[in-house]
Amino acid sequence: MSGVIGVLALQGAFEAHEAVLRGMGCQTQQVRTPDDLAKVDSLVLPGGESTTMSHLLVTSGLFDPLQARIDDHLPVFGTCAGMILLSAHIEDGRPDQRCFSAIDIDARRNAYGRQIDSFETDLAVQGIDGDFHAVFIRAPQVVRYGPGVNILARHDDDVVLAREGAVLVASFHPELTDDNRIHRLFIEMLQEV
Amino acid sequence: MTTRKSTSASGSMRVNRGLAEMLKGGVIMDVVNPEQAKIAEDAGATAVMALERVPADIRRDGGVARMSDPEMIEGIKAAVTIPVMAKARIGHFVEAQILESLGVDFIDESEVLTPADEAHHIDKFAFTAPFVCGATNLGEALRRISEGAALIRSKGEAGTGNVVEAVRHLRNITGDIRRITQADAAELFEWAKKLGAPLPLVQEIAETGKLQVPLFCAGGIATPADAALAMQLGAEAVFVGSGIFKSNDPAPRAKAIVEATTHFRDAHILAKVSRNLGAPMTGIGMDQINERYAERGW
Repeated sequence: MSGVIGVLALQGAFEAHEAVLRGMGCQTQQVRTPDDLAKVDSLVLPGGESTTMSHLLVTSGLFDPLQARIDDHLPVFGTCAGMILLSAHIEDGRPDQRCFSAIDIDARRNAYGRQIDSFETDLAVQGIDGDFHAVFIRAPQVVRYGPGVNILARHDDDVVLAREGAVLVASFHPELTDDNRIHRLFIEMLQEV
Repeated sequence: MTTRKSTSASGSMRVNRGLAEMLKGGVIMDVVNPEQAKIAEDAGATAVMALERVPADIRRDGGVARMSDPEMIEGIKAAVTIPVMAKARIGHFVEAQILESLGVDFIDESEVLTPADEAHHIDKFAFTAPFVCGATNLGEALRRISEGAALIRSKGEAGTGNVVEAVRHLRNITGDIRRITQADAAELFEWAKKLGAPLPLVQEIAETGKLQVPLFCAGGIATPADAALAMQLGAEAVFVGSGIFKSNDPAPRAKAIVEATTHFRDAHILAKVSRNLGAPMTGIGMDQINERYAERGW
């Protein structure tokens, strides 16, 4: 079983993730405080503004307990801003912006430009039959990845979906389409670990 | 592992509504210079609205209010890493073209500026950049969505520091959505007529129980409690205009409103963040204002 899947609900597209997970029969919990975090067996970090979330993680007293859970192998899935928060290093972020070093990647914020450069496209994804339609919004890029990182999809030459251990990251937004197959990869990962 | 060359689309409704989704649960702050933009970003704003005068000053000064100087918008874009929005006059599609060329992330077709067209709003489908529009009721919201708006904000009454109109408009919109979900198929025709809105959009709301695009709140929010009130009434994020930079001590108030918007149901946190913020903007009663901006737009 996948247990209780937390969705970090400080800001951003957390309701969209929750809707996909509920649609798949999962039990979900919005996480805004350390008490909420204690109730979950895994966590989704949604898209939104990574600077805002980083700020709210600190003011909500969540950063340190979440860092401890991640260091203790809490399975996590980060999309867009969530991927930035899980990375080892952030490029083009704010100097005070913190990240969890959950996965050995460096992420560059807003790497594709402004909103007029946001786009949608079809991707080939390892472990998924047929194309996956992906929405990229002011998306980050993986600019470096370590040897332990498994690349699951690229767009042109850029890594857009990757996994290391119990950490899954996407630079796009699988929660904005009706296709739940990326979320299914995460659920399968939960059952593995 | 396959690598594929892209066949990508920009400016689609999904991409533009998607940015609105990413702004949910956040605070978008009006700023008039790069210093204010930095204070807003430091406080945890999800986006800034670049404009030359906050609504309270536009109200005080009178005259025609127009799109801001591109130089000033560029200055704010350079100062922050979060999305930058800017306002065009209602119906002034050339101002919108200019804002799009500047790479503004969201264009606000705003009643706070003096309308340029008394019958037509901008055809927002003609643009790649997303638009946010104000609405006082569900019919107005659906007309704006039918013109291509990716985000709706309840109008409230900008520049007053008085949340009463924001509450009225939010309740108008969410109340009618609830009533439509109770209507039978025949009644939906009457609803479409009454609202002056396209029938398919009304039918969609009857099915889903929500607006086609995110619904944010604007106009009159001055305190953390105001922001939480808007959120509990069904807003999915808030715009704060004059409320921050017309208060005595903007930075702590901005931070407090950001925290209140996230923890909008937690009265203990709301009490904690509401302490020692100094004086909010003075604010004015609705009977003391000469012109209601919310009545602009149709």
